[in-house]
Amino acid sequence: MTIAPDKSTELVVPEGHVKLVIDGIEVVAPKGELLIRTAERLGIVVPRFCDHPLLDPAGACRQCLVEVEMGGRPMPKPQASCTMTVADGMVVKTQLTSPVADKAQQGVMELLLINHPLDCPICDKGGECPLQNQALKHGRADSRFHEHKRTFPKPIPISTQVLLDRERCVLCQRCTRFSAQIAGDPFIELLERGSQQQIGVAEEKPFQSYFSGNTIQICPVGALTSAQYRFRARPFDLVSTPSVCEHCSSGCAERTDWRRGKVQRKLAGDDPEVNEEWICDKGRFAFRYATADDRITRPLVRDKATGELRESSWTEALQVAADGLAKARDGKGVGVLAGGRLTVEDAYAYSKFARIALRTNDVDFRARAHSAEELEFLTSAVLGVTPDNGGVTFKGIEAAPAALLVAFEPEEEAPIVFLRLRKAARAKKTKVFHLGQFTSPAVEKTFGTLLACVPGGEPAALNALAEHAADVVEELGKPGSVILVGERAAEVPGLFSAVSALAKSTGAKVAWIPRRAGERGALEAGLLPTLLPGGRLVSDDAARAEVEQAWGVDAGTLPAKPGRDTTGILTAAASGGLDALVVGGVDPFDLPDPALAERALDFVGFVVSLELRHSAVTAHADVVLPIAPAVEKAGSYLNWEGRHRPFGTTLEGTGALPDGRVLDTLAVEMDADLFTQTPASAAADFERLGRGVVRAQAPTVSAPLLPQPKDGQVVLATWRRLLDNGSMQDDEPHLAGTARPVVAKLSEATAARLGVELGGEVTVSTDRGAVTLPVESADLPDGVVWLPGNSGAATVRRTLVAGHGSVVTVTAVLDAGSAEEITSPGGNA
Amino acid sequence: MTQTQEPVDYSDVFDQDTADRARAIIARYPFARSALLPMLHLVQSVEGYVSQAGIAFCADQLDLTHAEVSAVATFYTMYKRRPCGEHLVSVCTNTLCAALGGDAIYAKLREHLGTDGKPLGHEETSGEPGAPGSITLEHAECLAACDLGPVLQVNYEFFDNQTPEKALELVKALQAGEKPHPTRGAPLTDFRQAELQLAGFFEGREADLDGPSAAPETVRGAALAADRGWTAPAMPDDAEFPPLPEKK
Amino acid sequence: MVDQLTPVLTKRWLSPRSWTLKTYEQLEGYTALRKALKAHPDQLIQQCKDSGLRGRGGAGFPTGMKWGFIPQGDGKPHYLVINADEGEPGTCKDIPLMMADPHSLIEGIIITSYAIRANFAAIYVRGEVLHCIRRLNAAVQEAYAAGYLGKDILGSGFDLDVVVHAGAGAYICGEETALLDSLEGKRGQPRLKPPFPATAGLYASPTVVNNVETIASVPYIVNGGADWFRTMGRERSPGPKIYSLSGHVERPGQYEAPMGTTLRQLLDMAGGMKDGIPLKFWTPGGSSTPLFTAEHLDVPLDFEGAAEAGSMLGTTALQIFNETVSVPWAVMKWTEFYKHESCGKCTPCREGTYWLVQILQRMVRGEGTAGDIDTLLDVCDNILGRSFCALGDGAVSPITSGIKYFKDEFLALCDQNSQVLAGASA
Repeated sequence: MTIAPDKSTELVVPEGHVKLVIDGIEVVAPKGELLIRTAERLGIVVPRFCDHPLLDPAGACRQCLVEVEMGGRPMPKPQASCTMTVADGMVVKTQLTSPVADKAQQGVMELLLINHPLDCPICDKGGECPLQNQALKHGRADSRFHEHKRTFPKPIPISTQVLLDRERCVLCQRCTRFSAQIAGDPFIELLERGSQQQIGVAEEKPFQSYFSGNTIQICPVGALTSAQYRFRARPFDLVSTPSVCEHCSSGCAERTDWRRGKVQRKLAGDDPEVNEEWICDKGRFAFRYATADDRITRPLVRDKATGELRESSWTEALQVAADGLAKARDGKGVGVLAGGRLTVEDAYAYSKFARIALRTNDVDFRARAHSAEELEFLTSAVLGVTPDNGGVTFKGIEAAPAALLVAFEPEEEAPIVFLRLRKAARAKKTKVFHLGQFTSPAVEKTFGTLLACVPGGEPAALNALAEHAADVVEELGKPGSVILVGERAAEVPGLFSAVSALAKSTGAKVAWIPRRAGERGALEAGLLPTLLPGGRLVSDDAARAEVEQAWGVDAGTLPAKPGRDTTGILTAAASGGLDALVVGGVDPFDLPDPALAERALDFVGFVVSLELRHSAVTAHADVVLPIAPAVEKAGSYLNWEGRHRPFGTTLEGTGALPDGRVLDTLAVEMDADLFTQTPASAAADFERLGRGVVRAQAPTVSAPLLPQPKDGQVVLATWRRLLDNGSMQDDEPHLAGTARPVVAKLSEATAARLGVELGGEVTVSTDRGAVTLPVESADLPDGVVWLPGNSGAATVRRTLVAGHGSVVTVTAVLDAGSAEEITSPGGNA
Repeated sequence: MTQTQEPVDYSDVFDQDTADRARAIIARYPFARSALLPMLHLVQSVEGYVSQAGIAFCADQLDLTHAEVSAVATFYTMYKRRPCGEHLVSVCTNTLCAALGGDAIYAKLREHLGTDGKPLGHEETSGEPGAPGSITLEHAECLAACDLGPVLQVNYEFFDNQTPEKALELVKALQAGEKPHPTRGAPLTDFRQAELQLAGFFEGREADLDGPSAAPETVRGAALAADRGWTAPAMPDDAEFPPLPEKK
Repeated sequence: MVDQLTPVLTKRWLSPRSWTLKTYEQLEGYTALRKALKAHPDQLIQQCKDSGLRGRGGAGFPTGMKWGFIPQGDGKPHYLVINADEGEPGTCKDIPLMMADPHSLIEGIIITSYAIRANFAAIYVRGEVLHCIRRLNAAVQEAYAAGYLGKDILGSGFDLDVVVHAGAGAYICGEETALLDSLEGKRGQPRLKPPFPATAGLYASPTVVNNVETIASVPYIVNGGADWFRTMGRERSPGPKIYSLSGHVERPGQYEAPMGTTLRQLLDMAGGMKDGIPLKFWTPGGSSTPLFTAEHLDVPLDFEGAAEAGSMLGTTALQIFNETVSVPWAVMKWTEFYKHESCGKCTPCREGTYWLVQILQRMVRGEGTAGDIDTLLDVCDNILGRSFCALGDGAVSPITSGIKYFKDEFLALCDQNSQVLAGASA
């Protein structure tokens, strides 16, 4: 049946909306919407350069001029549709229906082009250039400009990774607005005035921002180009594949552009729920680790005769590995250290492999400081939480009245979380409190309040919050407030307990934001000594039975006793308590005690390493099985929100295998079926298993007494920086050039007490080693030194075998001149 | 905001007095950043131009990045990128002054201050910058003294109704270490002292206020009116305020 | 009938040491303040509205209405900012006023601040006028010492701080939002409007930005009343106005006359054209106002009169040029000025002035073509009303009006042998 359409289909104008006409089409728009967006919703694209939906309007380029009528009266001048908001009864005519708007746009386009060089054929932006596209669509066929074009020396590096070509620039200020508004790094600015106005940096002050690559992406011309990508490809020769960033736990949407089997660049994807349109420079530029010279492409087996690793067939390597592991399993057992960078599917394969091929719960993904308290916290507060069941999300952060950051340095550890916090704070929506040690750049850029304490003093600080900072407690009590806790909390006994208690007392939601992409997925996959996949306790008989049934293994196959954690596994392996180790992407120097790891790898009878590149682990391995980097496989991450972030294979047919596939085949050799031949099958198997129900108590560990440093000693505060010695940033010199200076930090009072001259150098030492680096002042609590965790010479774990809260010795390094003065009197002795 | 960039040491350029003055400027305003323009004048009073050290100094005082300060310093004509001479001579060459002789004055001074037959360029300095008798020359936009045109300024003091000859004489005197008295303005000092006053520090120079109230041109209308007995209508003795408007 | 000249603002300039508090007080200075502080602030706003006072900075916006836009009881600080960035070519009235009679401005500031409930006011003076800054600063110090500024002014309970702020050389800072950004220590580039300064001005708080001459008029309105003010000038443009005559006249200078006075009347008082050489073109209110010619000698110079004749009153800066001056050359010089002073923010003004200057310079060199005139007009059309602020509109005024009245002179330049006028050969 058909009904004639009602001719009086009046548009309904809901509360908070207005009705207007654009190019003869009636449209309803929310109050405050910019004309350019309303037009876009109708499919009318008004050309623009300075406009960007995530930046404050500028109205600078004037390309988007349209004619506007209000109350039946035409406005005398064409209006910039990127700055004018909708109003009831407005009549808008774009270039499609207004000769005035069309002429205005053509005029602006001509003016933009008079000083634009005609170097499109050698410009990186050529082929994807908004100016090129719009000039071809709206511009004149020839130029009336016969005068001298403005010239500048080109290009100039404004950092090691961003190059600036001022001749191409149309001064839209997207880059400066991004840096000032979004990143909070106003190191790139408009300089000079009038026709000499140009983008630039201060002399000898490069554009040192963790987010600088975004300016290249949003530049509407080829003025900002990437040192890494420059002259490498034409956009139309590239294949673009949607991808997910493999670095931190944010799970940013990316687009990977590749050609002939090689990744050429990565761009930010557009995902309003997660990263909006931004990514950090690590996510953008750090991808060549996957093609480093030390990439392992063939299985390796240690030759009995020479003691050296030699290439082997998969058949041989899997056979040797299966034999060695089976023997160890039947002896004192095998421990599994899987690392924090696995996809959910690979993590699931590891978890299943450990349980049914190795029949052990000695499995842990935590290749970093960890604790039983952390495990209790993860089990009680994080496991199973997702955006769908009330978990904290990026958007939740943006809407939160307050956010308390505990042992979490957002700009260094999860840069996109930092951007959301800044966005929220900048909009004056969210009060940000940082429980940390000094006013870091992130504290300033989130307009935050520092709640400073000595390392290790965090639990006491939280427990005393009501007493000393009642306002913080009050803010956290407002609905929607959040507590964000970082992985460093595992280094502070009692802190997860204090966080749990504070969350309970205030009602604030808690989110755990680890540094690595695979950690949250590994938690759900049960890559822990107490957990099975899908949120089930090892110790829960019914849960085990459920899993055994789903996996089709005999009842009682799954070990009921909780296993050992990373340190427990290594300790056992180092002392004969285990006969073999299976090690995934673990860098021993990230572990709390690298020397213990070294001893364990050395002592244990048999080591199987699943690795991308040669490492300290492969150096000890009996069998090395090469696995695929993220770009050569499919899978998914669970980001810190618990949001599923699936991605397909970008580079097909390289022959590299995901961990799950390698483990599946290895398991077959050991007479176990994992059903993880492909990421899809692993995901399906995991899906079939479903979710269990864990009822766990929050940890209640009380903080121990703080250590009392002796003379010359201080307490160490430390965390890792975004750009540091991490091996996934290898082969990226342009990126490395924007790392922050490697310095130690002391308060002025502490420096004076220790006889340290700020601006000079200090040696920080433990009984295990010493590092020497420049020292500068920071508003740290007295008696505290801060070091970057793994930057330059500051290899805190590797050299000092120390961590956040350790007691260390700080001594001044006397410069050559004064050292001579002191030593010369005895020089003749 | 500068934590992620390396600090610059300028302690050998700006002493404690300058730092104290910078703080005094900040104290004038409800928000510190308003102090930036006067502070850049202060920096010029020390160095005769805005150096990179000057940019670093301002950035640190106001917790800005060097880029933010550079963005401002390069926007305004009065902030000089290269060290200025003892005196800054600014010749108005905007249309009206130019038509009355300003272009000729500027050409004359360029030629006189140039070397080897090459006229001195805009914002270039004759002599060693800062040394006695050194002169930086510039052409300026309208200086708001059009009724007195053509005008030029020395260290921003007015020399009205100039001719190429008068201007040449003036510049020669400056080069010889003399300080001719401006038509309207204080006795000449030098560019740096002028910049200190622009930063708002006039200590010890109260006598500078003297001089004529106005040039004859300034009071032409008022004098003519007085002469002719013309006045504005007399004010009523009891002008009252309107009633308090009712609140809407 | 009102006299031809009506010295109100300029009257005190004749007195010796007129810039001192002593002279000012002897000549009724600060009597309006005492009177105003006894009134309700809203009565002052109403009186200003009743007087019909319109902004003397060029745009002529009704001053009382501007004050009335300031939201009251909003809990935010309010600010008064004086636009003393006098830079429009030809304009030279505020600097002499502040140099000769700074206290009249300060008294106006105090009264206005009281009316709009501001406790902080800034005088943004262009930096190139050191003697003026010096005298303003001394006057502010004197006013503090005498209790006219600071806490509890004259026992009224009203507090006000005034700061004299030196600019640093940028014409665009005469645009009120650029001025505010500059006063906040930023590049002086215009802001998006809305929000307007009345709701989010200095430091994002409600702010009145007024010209020097405007605010200096306030004490007289308080003392004389709105009706007295309206005895001078015309219905929609009341009051006295300082007309600044410069250029080829016998006696250039400042002439304060009722609004609506014509150039013919002013020239009469100024002794006529210099050396009797006939008038060729003139600006009614600075170079941003379209040129007038001898045809316009009888245009009443008030806001309506100038507009009806195709120009604008602007700053009543009458730059007068005789027949010896080449129009294309003058237009080129002005365009060079606008190119130098364009802030760079928006495309039409930044790129357009860059282009126009080169065409004009080429034409003045004798290398132009008749087609260049069309290009000039079309580029002007692409700037006018397309720029972010009024600077772009002002920049094209000399060109379009110059071509309108003197097209033949532009055409003549396209002939190699026709560079006979002064300037054109310079």
